[in-house]
Amino acid sequence: MTDLSHLRKDFPILEREMNGKPLVYLDSAATSQKPVQVLDAVDDYYRRLNANVHRGAYQLGEEATDAYEGARAKVAGFINAASDREVVFTRSTTAAINHIGYGWGLYHLKPGDRIVISHMEHHANVVPWQLITRHTGAELAYLPLTEDYLVDTSRIDEVVDGRTKIVSISGMSNVLGTIGPVAEAVAAARAVGALAIVDGAQLVPHCAVDVQSMGADFVAFSAHKMLGPTGVGALWGRMDRLEEMEPAEGGGEMIRDVDFTESTWAEVPHKFEAGTPPIAQAIGLGAAVDYLSAIGMDAVRQHEIEITRYALEKLSEIPQLTIYGPMDPAQRGAAVSFTLGDIHPHDLATILDQEGVAIRAGHHCAKPLMRVLGLAATARASFYVYNVPEEVDTLVAGLHEARRIFGVA
Amino acid sequence: MSLDELYRQVILDHYRSPRHSGHIEGADATAEGQNPLCGDEVTVELRIEDGAVTDAAVRGRGCSISQASGSMMADKIVGLSLEDVDELVHRVKRLLNIEPGDPGVDPERPGAALGDLEALAGVRRFPVRIKCADLPWATLQEALAGNRTHR
Repeated sequence: MTDLSHLRKDFPILEREMNGKPLVYLDSAATSQKPVQVLDAVDDYYRRLNANVHRGAYQLGEEATDAYEGARAKVAGFINAASDREVVFTRSTTAAINHIGYGWGLYHLKPGDRIVISHMEHHANVVPWQLITRHTGAELAYLPLTEDYLVDTSRIDEVVDGRTKIVSISGMSNVLGTIGPVAEAVAAARAVGALAIVDGAQLVPHCAVDVQSMGADFVAFSAHKMLGPTGVGALWGRMDRLEEMEPAEGGGEMIRDVDFTESTWAEVPHKFEAGTPPIAQAIGLGAAVDYLSAIGMDAVRQHEIEITRYALEKLSEIPQLTIYGPMDPAQRGAAVSFTLGDIHPHDLATILDQEGVAIRAGHHCAKPLMRVLGLAATARASFYVYNVPEEVDTLVAGLHEARRIFGVA
Repeated sequence: MSLDELYRQVILDHYRSPRHSGHIEGADATAEGQNPLCGDEVTVELRIEDGAVTDAAVRGRGCSISQASGSMMADKIVGLSLEDVDELVHRVKRLLNIEPGDPGVDPERPGAALGDLEALAGVRRFPVRIKCADLPWATLQEALAGNRTHR
């Protein structure tokens, strides 16, 4: 197995105990833990560099600006953007997708137009589009799933039809783990001249992403799911698309000139960064990107394939346990959803918590998917660079304890 | 062990065989409760005659704690006057540490004061689950408040 266990010492929180047991953190799909390298970068900014950015009146402000723009360059390098300017710092993936909706969708969609997403989307890639259809009269259409929990692309050309103006798809499901058919979605969008958007919230932290070879117009992701701080995310866009997109928010820092009735905008990316940005958090994201790059994204992916394979194998051995998602680790990421007999996922979470094991239980902000699955909730264990196979064993032992308590044979 | 205290047999029994889980045609008071964070749902329907609950139906889907709490609630409130229902609600909320005060449960005589409902006391050690146990009771309060408004 790809052994990354030496990384664990970098994550102070992993030394904690929960209910008298060592913390087994299996909820990285919700938010990842942070290494000291990220914590130090944030701390260093506040201790040594704290000043607002892009004001330029004094040395300290220059240093803060350099650190903030340096983080942008690191993120751009991490996803192989053609230019640093193609990276817009946002609050989160959610904010990034909303920005496309209100900055592009609002100006380009009309009644009868179509926005295509899939049945496995997170609410962050569902609800913004529902709001935009209300404003524009456009309609929302869905790519369904196959019985194997993959996105069904067999009739993608019928769903992504001539009316389609936007195709927005998850790169990796936060519930099923399924890797989205990004290449097919991009090709279908291209064929009808639609915008291609990738919700990369789960994909970018776990797989090497090259936005140029991916071919989409926009990719959105969040720092806090990739070892970085909360409160910052990134929207990568192709320069021509960013140029034609309007700002969704107005305020300080994003203008060239402001008159009494009209204003003109600053250059991309600054026209999308209204107000004081999350400076410390962006710098923390830069440190997270350095940390992941030092491991190597291929090693990250390989480790997750291995630990996911082990988890799928061990979970499958538990009687009455049902896994929702592809069984081939090559088709999926490290978020594993399941149910166990008639035990409600919340009860599973409580029982596992007593063993120190933190999992997510609920609808995972993917209620349309839950409706498709005919479920109200699942339990979900998700893995990242710092997880080790022994933690899968602790999870499995906790699930057997749940079977005992609930008398599930 | 506290987990076994939380998941007492009586809780699991009500979870798997909920009482009064039907539907009351033309109910006098009704409310739907939801916990948007976890998706748990409970519907409470009441038949109210001469100031007393003469029938109750509680349906829903969710965890063992929310569903068992609803089942035990339905079991207990049928036949009680509205005043007694109100008093019971506050006793249960004291039992769940939602409201301050002594729920009046005697540890020497388990079940004597509140019957099966005393099993809910196990939730107190699991603060994140208190809202699960409370969902049917909050929904009941909403149904009764609506009933008062209508009259």
